[in-house]
Amino acid sequence: MTQTAAPQKTVLNDTHRALGAKMVDFGGWDMPLSYGSQLEEHHQVRRDAGMFDVSHMTVVDLHGAQTRPFLRHLVANSVDKLQKPGKALYTCMLNAQGGVIDDLIIYYLGEEFFRLVVNAATRDKDLAWIAQEAAPFAVEVRERPELSMIAVQGPQAREKALGVLAEIDRARIAKLGKFSAGAAQTADGAAALFVARTGYTGEDGFEIIVPEQQAVALWNALLAAGVKPAGLGARDTLRLEAGMNLYGQDMDETVSPYEAALAWTVSLDEGRDFTGRSALESQKVAGAPRQMIGLVMDEKGVLRHGQTVLTAFGDGEILSGTFSPTLGKSIAFARVPAGDLPLGAQGGVRVDIRGRHVPVRVVKFPFVRDGQAQEGV
Amino acid sequence: MSEIPGDLKFLKSHEWARVEGDGKITVGISDHAQGLLGDLVYVDLPAVGDRIEAGNAVAVVESVKAASDVYAPISGTITAVNSALADKPETINEDAYGEGWIFVVEAEEPDQLNDLLEPDDYAELLEDEDH
Repeated sequence: MTQTAAPQKTVLNDTHRALGAKMVDFGGWDMPLSYGSQLEEHHQVRRDAGMFDVSHMTVVDLHGAQTRPFLRHLVANSVDKLQKPGKALYTCMLNAQGGVIDDLIIYYLGEEFFRLVVNAATRDKDLAWIAQEAAPFAVEVRERPELSMIAVQGPQAREKALGVLAEIDRARIAKLGKFSAGAAQTADGAAALFVARTGYTGEDGFEIIVPEQQAVALWNALLAAGVKPAGLGARDTLRLEAGMNLYGQDMDETVSPYEAALAWTVSLDEGRDFTGRSALESQKVAGAPRQMIGLVMDEKGVLRHGQTVLTAFGDGEILSGTFSPTLGKSIAFARVPAGDLPLGAQGGVRVDIRGRHVPVRVVKFPFVRDGQAQEGV
Repeated sequence: MSEIPGDLKFLKSHEWARVEGDGKITVGISDHAQGLLGDLVYVDLPAVGDRIEAGNAVAVVESVKAASDVYAPISGTITAVNSALADKPETINEDAYGEGWIFVVEAEEPDQLNDLLEPDDYAELLEDEDH
Protein backbone atom coordinates (compact mmCIF):
# COMPACT_ATOMS: atom_id res chain seq x y z
CA MET A 1 0.00 0.00 0.00
CA THR A 2 1.64 3.29 1.01
CA GLN A 3 4.74 1.67 2.49
CA THR A 4 7.13 -0.21 0.28
CA ALA A 5 9.52 -1.22 3.06
CA ALA A 6 9.09 -4.31 5.25
CA PRO A 7 5.75 -4.21 7.06
CA GLN A 8 5.69 -2.62 10.49
CA LYS A 9 4.91 -4.71 13.55
CA THR A 10 2.79 -3.88 16.55
CA VAL A 11 4.17 -4.75 19.98
CA LEU A 12 1.75 -7.71 20.01
CA ASN A 13 3.26 -9.32 16.88
CA ASP A 14 5.03 -12.16 18.72
CA THR A 15 1.91 -12.75 20.82
CA HIS A 16 -0.21 -13.20 17.68
CA ARG A 17 2.31 -15.62 16.21
CA ALA A 18 2.47 -17.62 19.43
CA LEU A 19 -1.34 -17.91 19.28
CA GLY A 20 -1.03 -19.42 15.80
CA ALA A 21 -2.20 -16.38 13.87
CA LYS A 22 -2.04 -16.29 10.12
CA MET A 23 -0.46 -12.91 9.37
CA VAL A 24 -1.19 -10.57 6.48
CA ASP A 25 0.06 -7.19 5.26
CA PHE A 26 -2.59 -4.56 6.00
CA GLY A 27 -1.82 -0.95 5.12
CA GLY A 28 1.89 -1.57 5.62
CA TRP A 29 1.42 -3.47 8.88
CA ASP A 30 1.96 -7.17 9.58
CA MET A 31 -1.37 -8.02 11.22
CA PRO A 32 -3.29 -11.18 12.22
CA LEU A 33 -5.88 -12.22 9.62
CA SER A 34 -7.21 -14.97 11.88
CA TYR A 35 -6.04 -17.36 14.57
CA GLY A 36 -7.75 -20.39 12.98
CA SER A 37 -11.29 -19.89 11.74
CA GLN A 38 -12.38 -16.40 10.79
CA LEU A 39 -16.02 -17.54 10.97
CA GLU A 40 -15.65 -18.78 14.54
CA GLU A 41 -14.01 -15.51 15.54
CA HIS A 42 -16.92 -13.62 13.99
CA HIS A 43 -19.49 -15.65 15.93
CA GLN A 44 -17.42 -15.35 19.11
CA VAL A 45 -17.75 -11.55 18.93
CA ARG A 46 -21.48 -11.67 18.08
CA ARG A 47 -22.25 -14.12 20.90
CA ASP A 48 -19.67 -13.51 23.66
CA ALA A 49 -16.48 -11.44 23.51
CA GLY A 50 -13.49 -11.14 21.23
CA MET A 51 -10.49 -8.83 21.02
CA PHE A 52 -8.58 -7.24 18.16
CA ASP A 53 -5.13 -5.71 18.09
CA VAL A 54 -5.76 -2.33 16.46
CA SER A 55 -2.43 -0.81 17.45
CA HIS A 56 -1.73 -0.07 13.80
CA MET A 57 -4.27 2.75 13.98
CA THR A 58 -2.81 6.21 14.39
CA VAL A 59 -3.40 8.18 17.60
CA VAL A 60 -2.85 11.93 17.26
CA ASP A 61 -3.14 14.35 20.19
CA LEU A 62 -3.97 18.01 19.57
CA HIS A 63 -3.03 20.63 22.14
CA GLY A 64 -3.56 24.36 22.22
CA ALA A 65 -6.02 27.11 23.05
CA GLN A 66 -7.30 27.13 19.46
CA THR A 67 -7.89 23.39 19.19
CA ARG A 68 -11.70 23.56 19.07
CA PRO A 69 -11.75 26.34 16.44
CA PHE A 70 -9.23 24.29 14.45
CA LEU A 71 -11.45 21.19 14.54
CA ARG A 72 -14.49 23.29 13.54
CA HIS A 73 -12.47 24.05 10.41
CA LEU A 74 -10.95 20.57 9.86
CA VAL A 75 -13.91 18.16 9.95
CA ALA A 76 -17.44 17.90 8.49
CA ASN A 77 -19.20 16.98 11.73
CA SER A 78 -19.52 19.63 14.43
CA VAL A 79 -17.14 19.36 17.38
CA ASP A 80 -19.52 21.70 19.19
CA LYS A 81 -21.53 18.53 19.86
CA LEU A 82 -18.64 17.62 22.21
CA GLN A 83 -19.34 19.43 25.48
CA LYS A 84 -18.58 16.81 28.14
CA PRO A 85 -14.98 15.67 28.61
CA GLY A 86 -14.59 12.10 27.35
CA LYS A 87 -17.27 12.41 24.65
CA ALA A 88 -16.41 11.11 21.17
CA LEU A 89 -17.52 12.07 17.67
CA TYR A 90 -17.30 10.14 14.38
CA THR A 91 -16.57 12.36 11.39
CA CYS A 92 -14.86 12.75 8.04
CA MET A 93 -12.21 15.28 7.11
CA LEU A 94 -12.66 16.52 3.57
CA ASN A 95 -10.65 18.19 0.85
CA ALA A 96 -11.87 21.41 -0.79
CA GLN A 97 -13.84 19.36 -3.35
CA GLY A 98 -15.77 17.62 -0.55
CA GLY A 99 -13.91 14.32 -1.05
CA VAL A 100 -13.12 12.22 2.03
CA ILE A 101 -9.45 12.40 3.09
CA ASP A 102 -10.16 10.03 5.98
CA ASP A 103 -12.77 9.09 8.57
CA LEU A 104 -11.81 9.39 12.21
CA ILE A 105 -12.96 9.55 15.81
CA ILE A 106 -12.38 12.72 17.84
CA TYR A 107 -12.29 12.53 21.64
CA TYR A 108 -12.84 15.68 23.68
CA LEU A 109 -10.50 15.50 26.65
CA GLY A 110 -10.28 19.18 27.64
CA GLU A 111 -10.80 22.57 26.07
CA GLU A 112 -7.15 22.57 24.98
CA PHE A 113 -6.74 18.82 24.39
CA PHE A 114 -8.52 16.66 21.79
CA ARG A 115 -7.45 13.20 20.64
CA LEU A 116 -7.89 11.85 17.10
CA VAL A 117 -7.77 8.22 15.99
CA VAL A 118 -7.23 7.95 12.23
CA ASN A 119 -6.65 5.02 9.86
CA ALA A 120 -3.29 3.28 9.54
CA ALA A 121 -3.17 3.12 5.74
CA THR A 122 -3.72 6.90 5.48
CA ARG A 123 -1.33 7.89 8.27
CA ASP A 124 1.22 9.84 6.23
CA LYS A 125 -1.20 11.94 4.22
CA ASP A 126 -3.41 12.53 7.28
CA LEU A 127 -0.55 13.80 9.40
CA ALA A 128 0.67 16.07 6.61
CA TRP A 129 -2.83 17.44 6.03
CA ILE A 130 -3.57 17.97 9.72
CA ALA A 131 -0.21 19.68 10.32
CA GLN A 132 -0.75 21.99 7.36
CA GLU A 133 -4.28 22.91 8.39
CA ALA A 134 -3.30 23.31 12.06
CA ALA A 135 -0.49 25.80 11.48
CA PRO A 136 -2.63 28.97 11.34
CA PHE A 137 -4.29 27.92 14.63
CA ALA A 138 -0.98 27.30 16.43
CA VAL A 139 -2.25 23.88 17.47
CA GLU A 140 0.39 21.31 18.41
CA VAL A 141 -0.07 18.02 16.47
CA ARG A 142 1.56 15.15 18.32
CA GLU A 143 1.44 11.59 17.02
CA ARG A 144 1.49 8.95 19.78
CA PRO A 145 3.20 5.90 18.21
CA GLU A 146 4.09 4.62 21.68
CA LEU A 147 0.41 3.89 22.37
CA SER A 148 -1.11 0.52 21.51
CA MET A 149 -4.82 -0.20 21.14
CA ILE A 150 -6.92 -3.29 21.86
CA ALA A 151 -10.61 -3.43 20.88
CA VAL A 152 -12.71 -5.72 23.11
CA GLN A 153 -16.08 -6.34 21.48
CA GLY A 154 -19.19 -8.43 22.03
CA PRO A 155 -22.20 -8.71 24.34
CA GLN A 156 -19.93 -9.90 27.20
CA ALA A 157 -17.00 -7.64 26.30
CA ARG A 158 -17.58 -4.87 28.82
CA GLU A 159 -18.13 -7.20 31.74
CA LYS A 160 -15.03 -9.24 30.93
CA ALA A 161 -12.88 -6.17 30.31
CA LEU A 162 -14.00 -4.49 33.54
CA GLY A 163 -12.49 -7.44 35.42
CA VAL A 164 -8.96 -6.52 34.34
CA LEU A 165 -9.31 -2.93 35.57
CA ALA A 166 -8.39 -1.64 39.03
CA GLU A 167 -11.32 -2.14 41.36
CA ILE A 168 -11.58 1.56 42.08
CA ASP A 169 -12.16 2.30 38.37
CA ARG A 170 -14.69 -0.42 37.57
CA ALA A 171 -17.98 1.22 38.57
CA ARG A 172 -17.12 4.45 36.79
CA ILE A 173 -16.02 2.74 33.55
CA ALA A 174 -19.07 0.43 33.70
CA LYS A 175 -21.25 3.55 33.59
CA LEU A 176 -19.55 5.08 30.55
CA GLY A 177 -22.15 5.97 27.95
CA LYS A 178 -21.79 4.88 24.34
CA PHE A 179 -19.22 6.97 22.47
CA SER A 180 -17.62 8.13 25.74
CA ALA A 181 -14.19 7.51 27.18
CA GLY A 182 -12.49 7.64 30.57
CA ALA A 183 -9.14 6.99 32.20
CA ALA A 184 -8.52 3.83 34.22
CA GLN A 185 -5.72 1.63 35.52
CA THR A 186 -5.13 -2.08 35.15
CA ALA A 187 -5.83 -4.26 38.20
CA ASP A 188 -2.13 -4.40 39.11
CA GLY A 189 -1.80 -0.64 38.74
CA ALA A 190 0.95 -1.08 36.14
CA ALA A 191 -0.74 0.61 33.21
CA ALA A 192 -2.66 3.84 32.70
CA LEU A 193 -5.43 3.14 30.20
CA PHE A 194 -7.74 5.22 28.05
CA VAL A 195 -11.00 3.25 27.82
CA ALA A 196 -13.56 4.24 25.17
CA ARG A 197 -16.98 2.67 24.66
CA THR A 198 -16.58 2.59 20.89
CA GLY A 199 -15.95 -0.07 18.27
CA TYR A 200 -16.16 -1.28 14.69
CA THR A 201 -18.27 -4.43 15.01
CA GLY A 202 -21.84 -3.38 15.78
CA GLU A 203 -21.50 -4.88 19.24
CA ASP A 204 -21.05 -3.18 22.57
CA GLY A 205 -17.54 -3.05 23.99
CA PHE A 206 -14.45 -0.97 24.58
CA GLU A 207 -11.48 0.25 22.61
CA ILE A 208 -8.61 0.47 25.08
CA ILE A 209 -5.52 2.59 24.48
CA VAL A 210 -2.52 1.32 26.48
CA PRO A 211 1.18 2.26 26.56
CA GLU A 212 2.95 -0.29 24.37
CA GLN A 213 5.14 -1.53 27.24
CA GLN A 214 2.01 -2.82 28.97
CA ALA A 215 0.05 -3.94 25.90
CA VAL A 216 1.12 -7.60 26.04
CA ALA A 217 0.23 -7.84 29.75
CA LEU A 218 -3.20 -6.31 29.08
CA TRP A 219 -3.80 -8.69 26.15
CA ASN A 220 -2.88 -11.67 28.31
CA ALA A 221 -5.09 -10.46 31.17
CA LEU A 222 -8.03 -10.17 28.76
CA LEU A 223 -7.25 -13.64 27.38
CA ALA A 224 -7.30 -15.01 30.94
CA ALA A 225 -10.66 -13.26 31.46
CA GLY A 226 -12.11 -15.33 28.60
CA VAL A 227 -11.83 -12.82 25.76
CA LYS A 228 -10.78 -14.70 22.61
CA PRO A 229 -8.47 -13.20 19.99
CA ALA A 230 -10.01 -12.28 16.63
CA GLY A 231 -8.29 -11.17 13.45
CA LEU A 232 -8.80 -8.62 10.71
CA GLY A 233 -10.88 -11.13 8.70
CA ALA A 234 -13.58 -11.26 11.36
CA ARG A 235 -13.27 -7.51 11.92
CA ASP A 236 -14.14 -6.95 8.26
CA THR A 237 -17.24 -9.18 8.21
CA LEU A 238 -18.41 -7.74 11.55
CA ARG A 239 -18.09 -4.11 10.47
CA LEU A 240 -19.80 -4.70 7.13
CA GLU A 241 -22.73 -6.48 8.82
CA ALA A 242 -22.88 -3.47 11.13
CA GLY A 243 -23.13 -1.15 8.11
CA MET A 244 -19.83 0.61 8.76
CA ASN A 245 -17.65 2.00 5.99
CA LEU A 246 -14.04 1.03 5.33
CA TYR A 247 -11.86 3.87 4.10
CA GLY A 248 -10.25 3.18 0.72
CA GLN A 249 -12.92 0.64 -0.19
CA ASP A 250 -16.23 2.41 0.50
CA MET A 251 -15.03 5.99 0.17
CA ASP A 252 -11.94 7.98 -0.76
CA GLU A 253 -10.94 11.46 -1.91
CA THR A 254 -13.14 11.23 -5.03
CA VAL A 255 -16.29 10.50 -3.00
CA SER A 256 -18.32 12.90 -0.86
CA PRO A 257 -19.94 11.84 2.41
CA TYR A 258 -23.34 12.13 0.66
CA GLU A 259 -22.22 9.47 -1.83
CA ALA A 260 -20.94 7.19 0.95
CA ALA A 261 -24.10 7.07 3.11
CA LEU A 262 -22.39 9.39 5.59
CA ALA A 263 -24.79 12.35 5.37
CA TRP A 264 -25.53 11.76 9.07
CA THR A 265 -21.94 12.75 9.88
CA VAL A 266 -22.16 16.10 8.07
CA SER A 267 -23.25 19.11 10.09
CA LEU A 268 -24.09 22.24 8.07
CA ASP A 269 -24.41 24.27 11.26
CA GLU A 270 -24.62 27.99 10.74
CA GLY A 271 -21.50 30.08 10.41
CA ARG A 272 -19.01 27.21 10.47
CA ASP A 273 -16.62 27.27 7.54
CA PHE A 274 -15.13 23.77 7.34
CA THR A 275 -13.05 22.56 4.43
CA GLY A 276 -15.28 21.06 1.75
CA ARG A 277 -18.43 22.80 2.97
CA SER A 278 -19.16 24.83 -0.18
CA ALA A 279 -18.72 21.72 -2.35
CA LEU A 280 -21.13 19.79 -0.12
CA GLU A 281 -23.67 22.61 -0.19
CA SER A 282 -23.60 22.68 -4.00
CA GLN A 283 -23.98 18.92 -4.08
CA LYS A 284 -26.89 19.12 -1.66
CA VAL A 285 -28.71 21.60 -3.89
CA ALA A 286 -27.96 19.78 -7.15
CA GLY A 287 -28.28 16.30 -5.65
CA ALA A 288 -25.32 13.94 -5.32
CA PRO A 289 -24.72 12.13 -8.64
CA ARG A 290 -24.17 8.78 -6.92
CA GLN A 291 -25.49 6.93 -3.89
CA MET A 292 -24.34 4.06 -1.70
CA ILE A 293 -26.83 1.22 -1.18
CA GLY A 294 -26.92 -2.03 0.76
CA LEU A 295 -27.40 -5.34 -1.08
CA VAL A 296 -28.26 -8.89 -0.04
CA MET A 297 -27.92 -11.87 -2.37
CA ASP A 298 -30.16 -14.87 -1.70
CA GLU A 299 -28.43 -17.06 -4.29
CA LYS A 300 -25.24 -18.98 -3.64
CA GLY A 301 -22.02 -17.05 -4.09
CA VAL A 302 -20.26 -14.06 -2.61
CA LEU A 303 -20.47 -10.43 -3.74
CA ARG A 304 -16.95 -9.05 -4.13
CA HIS A 305 -15.28 -5.67 -4.50
CA GLY A 306 -15.24 -4.41 -8.09
CA GLN A 307 -18.13 -6.46 -9.49
CA THR A 308 -20.45 -4.46 -11.78
CA VAL A 309 -23.88 -3.59 -10.39
CA LEU A 310 -26.74 -3.08 -12.88
CA THR A 311 -29.63 -0.76 -12.01
CA ALA A 312 -32.43 1.08 -13.83
CA PHE A 313 -30.39 4.28 -13.48
CA GLY A 314 -27.13 2.89 -14.84
CA ASP A 315 -24.21 0.75 -13.72
CA GLY A 316 -22.27 0.98 -10.49
CA GLU A 317 -19.92 -1.27 -8.57
CA ILE A 318 -19.60 -3.36 -5.45
CA LEU A 319 -17.51 -1.58 -2.78
CA SER A 320 -17.23 -3.87 0.26
CA GLY A 321 -18.71 -7.30 -0.35
CA THR A 322 -18.49 -10.44 1.73
CA PHE A 323 -20.20 -13.53 3.06
CA SER A 324 -22.18 -12.56 6.16
CA PRO A 325 -21.59 -15.26 8.79
CA THR A 326 -24.60 -14.08 10.83
CA LEU A 327 -27.04 -14.16 7.88
CA GLY A 328 -25.48 -17.13 6.05
CA LYS A 329 -25.57 -15.26 2.73
CA SER A 330 -23.67 -12.54 0.95
CA ILE A 331 -24.04 -8.81 1.66
CA ALA A 332 -22.43 -5.75 0.11
CA PHE A 333 -22.25 -2.01 -0.21
CA ALA A 334 -22.51 -0.70 -3.77
CA ARG A 335 -22.10 2.75 -5.28
CA VAL A 336 -24.62 3.31 -8.07
CA PRO A 337 -26.04 6.31 -9.95
CA ALA A 338 -28.55 8.41 -8.01
CA GLY A 339 -32.20 7.40 -8.34
CA ASP A 340 -35.07 6.09 -6.27
CA LEU A 341 -34.54 2.32 -6.04
CA PRO A 342 -37.39 0.51 -4.26
CA LEU A 343 -36.30 -1.74 -1.39
CA GLY A 344 -36.21 -5.49 -1.86
CA ALA A 345 -36.33 -7.44 -5.10
CA GLN A 346 -38.48 -4.62 -6.57
CA GLY A 347 -35.27 -2.60 -6.82
CA GLY A 348 -34.47 -4.66 -9.92
CA VAL A 349 -30.76 -4.60 -9.12
CA ARG A 350 -28.46 -7.28 -10.51
CA VAL A 351 -24.77 -8.02 -10.08
CA ASP A 352 -22.46 -9.35 -12.79
CA ILE A 353 -20.74 -12.37 -11.27
CA ARG A 354 -18.39 -13.87 -13.84
CA GLY A 355 -20.75 -13.02 -16.67
CA ARG A 356 -23.94 -14.10 -14.90
CA HIS A 357 -26.44 -11.36 -13.91
CA VAL A 358 -27.55 -12.40 -10.44
CA PRO A 359 -30.57 -10.65 -8.86
CA VAL A 360 -29.96 -9.01 -5.46
CA ARG A 361 -32.22 -7.21 -2.98
CA VAL A 362 -31.77 -3.58 -1.98
CA VAL A 363 -31.84 -3.28 1.83
CA LYS A 364 -31.31 -0.68 4.51
CA PHE A 365 -28.25 -1.12 6.66
CA PRO A 366 -26.98 -2.00 9.26
CA PHE A 367 -27.60 -5.54 8.10
CA VAL A 368 -27.09 -6.85 11.65
CA ARG A 369 -27.44 -5.04 14.96
CA ASP A 370 -26.85 -6.45 18.45
CA GLY A 371 -26.44 -9.92 16.99
CA GLN A 372 -29.78 -9.88 15.09
CA ALA A 373 -30.57 -9.61 11.38
CA GLN A 374 -32.41 -6.34 10.80
CA GLU A 375 -35.94 -6.13 9.38
CA GLY A 376 -36.06 -6.61 5.62
CA VAL A 377 -32.53 -8.05 5.46
CA MET B 1 2.48 -27.79 7.62
CA SER B 2 0.27 -30.86 7.45
CA GLU B 3 1.58 -34.15 6.07
CA ILE B 4 1.04 -34.74 2.36
CA PRO B 5 -0.29 -38.28 1.74
CA GLY B 6 2.09 -40.33 -0.40
CA ASP B 7 -0.59 -41.83 -2.66
CA LEU B 8 -1.64 -38.49 -4.17
CA LYS B 9 -0.57 -36.62 -7.25
CA PHE B 10 -0.89 -32.85 -7.63
CA LEU B 11 -1.43 -30.00 -10.03
CA LYS B 12 0.60 -26.81 -9.53
CA SER B 13 -2.76 -25.11 -8.99
CA HIS B 14 -3.15 -27.18 -5.78
CA GLU B 15 -5.63 -29.90 -6.82
CA TRP B 16 -4.89 -33.45 -5.74
CA ALA B 17 -5.79 -36.71 -7.52
CA ARG B 18 -5.94 -40.21 -6.05
CA VAL B 19 -6.24 -43.39 -8.12
CA GLU B 20 -8.78 -45.63 -6.38
CA GLY B 21 -8.88 -49.44 -6.45
CA ASP B 22 -11.43 -49.42 -9.28
CA GLY B 23 -9.21 -47.21 -11.46
CA LYS B 24 -11.37 -44.13 -10.97
CA ILE B 25 -9.75 -40.94 -9.80
CA THR B 26 -10.86 -38.86 -6.83
CA VAL B 27 -10.08 -35.14 -6.92
CA GLY B 28 -9.91 -32.45 -4.23
CA ILE B 29 -7.88 -29.38 -3.26
CA SER B 30 -4.78 -29.57 -1.11
CA ASP B 31 -4.56 -28.73 2.56
CA HIS B 32 -2.27 -25.86 1.61
CA ALA B 33 -4.94 -24.50 -0.76
CA GLN B 34 -7.69 -24.62 1.86
CA GLY B 35 -5.36 -22.82 4.26
CA LEU B 36 -4.78 -20.05 1.74
CA LEU B 37 -8.50 -19.68 1.07
CA GLY B 38 -9.58 -19.74 4.70
CA ASP B 39 -13.13 -20.64 5.78
CA LEU B 40 -15.02 -22.07 2.80
CA VAL B 41 -18.65 -21.03 2.43
CA TYR B 42 -19.73 -22.42 -0.95
CA VAL B 43 -18.68 -25.21 -3.29
CA ASP B 44 -20.01 -25.17 -6.85
CA LEU B 45 -19.94 -28.82 -7.97
CA PRO B 46 -19.98 -30.27 -11.49
CA ALA B 47 -22.79 -32.68 -12.44
CA VAL B 48 -22.44 -36.45 -12.60
CA GLY B 49 -22.09 -37.38 -16.26
CA ASP B 50 -20.27 -34.14 -17.22
CA ARG B 51 -17.34 -34.68 -19.55
CA ILE B 52 -14.29 -32.75 -18.36
CA GLU B 53 -11.03 -31.80 -20.02
CA ALA B 54 -7.66 -31.82 -18.23
CA GLY B 55 -6.67 -28.26 -17.32
CA ASN B 56 -10.19 -26.82 -17.53
CA ALA B 57 -12.07 -25.32 -14.57
CA VAL B 58 -14.77 -27.74 -13.44
CA ALA B 59 -15.73 -26.58 -9.94
CA VAL B 60 -15.50 -23.44 -7.81
CA VAL B 61 -14.61 -23.26 -4.14
CA GLU B 62 -15.50 -19.99 -2.47
CA SER B 63 -14.30 -18.77 0.91
CA VAL B 64 -15.11 -15.62 2.85
CA LYS B 65 -11.99 -14.17 1.26
CA ALA B 66 -11.94 -15.37 -2.35
CA ALA B 67 -13.40 -17.58 -5.06
CA SER B 68 -11.10 -20.11 -6.70
CA ASP B 69 -11.55 -22.38 -9.69
CA VAL B 70 -10.81 -26.08 -9.33
CA TYR B 71 -9.08 -27.48 -12.42
CA ALA B 72 -9.43 -31.00 -13.79
CA PRO B 73 -6.19 -32.95 -13.41
CA ILE B 74 -7.32 -35.41 -16.07
CA SER B 75 -9.88 -35.77 -18.87
CA GLY B 76 -12.87 -38.05 -18.47
CA THR B 77 -16.41 -38.30 -17.16
CA ILE B 78 -17.65 -37.32 -13.69
CA THR B 79 -19.04 -40.40 -11.94
CA ALA B 80 -19.64 -38.94 -8.45
CA VAL B 81 -19.65 -35.59 -6.65
CA ASN B 82 -19.41 -34.90 -2.92
CA SER B 83 -22.87 -33.40 -2.47
CA ALA B 84 -22.35 -33.25 1.32
CA LEU B 85 -20.17 -30.20 0.64
CA ALA B 86 -23.27 -28.18 -0.32
CA ASP B 87 -24.28 -28.07 3.34
CA LYS B 88 -20.85 -28.44 4.89
CA PRO B 89 -18.23 -26.73 2.70
CA GLU B 90 -16.04 -26.43 5.81
CA THR B 91 -15.39 -30.18 5.48
CA ILE B 92 -12.65 -29.18 3.00
CA ASN B 93 -11.04 -27.00 5.69
CA GLU B 94 -11.20 -29.84 8.18
CA ASP B 95 -10.15 -32.79 6.00
CA ALA B 96 -8.93 -31.68 2.58
CA TYR B 97 -7.43 -35.06 1.63
CA GLY B 98 -10.28 -37.22 2.99
CA GLU B 99 -13.91 -36.27 3.62
CA GLY B 100 -13.30 -33.04 1.71
CA TRP B 101 -12.96 -34.74 -1.69
CA ILE B 102 -14.84 -32.89 -4.45
CA PHE B 103 -15.53 -35.25 -7.38
CA VAL B 104 -14.62 -38.62 -8.94
CA VAL B 105 -13.71 -38.99 -12.59
CA GLU B 106 -13.49 -41.97 -14.92
CA ALA B 107 -10.32 -41.22 -16.88
CA GLU B 108 -10.13 -41.41 -20.67
CA GLU B 109 -6.37 -41.23 -20.84
CA PRO B 110 -4.88 -42.56 -17.60
CA ASP B 111 -1.42 -41.65 -18.96
CA GLN B 112 -2.23 -38.01 -18.21
CA LEU B 113 -1.54 -38.90 -14.58
CA ASN B 114 2.16 -39.00 -15.41
CA ASP B 115 2.09 -35.26 -16.03
CA LEU B 116 1.08 -34.55 -12.42
CA LEU B 117 3.45 -33.72 -9.56
CA GLU B 118 4.59 -36.38 -7.10
CA PRO B 119 4.04 -35.53 -3.39
CA ASP B 120 7.72 -34.61 -2.94
CA ASP B 121 7.67 -32.29 -5.94
CA TYR B 122 4.49 -30.66 -4.67
CA ALA B 123 6.05 -30.21 -1.21
CA GLU B 124 9.04 -28.58 -2.88
CA LEU B 125 6.75 -26.25 -4.82
CA LEU B 126 5.14 -25.14 -1.55
CA GLU B 127 8.56 -24.55 0.00
CA ASP B 128 9.48 -22.32 -2.94
CA GLU B 129 6.20 -20.40 -2.60
CA ASP B 130 6.98 -19.72 1.04
CA HIS B 131 10.26 -18.00 0.21
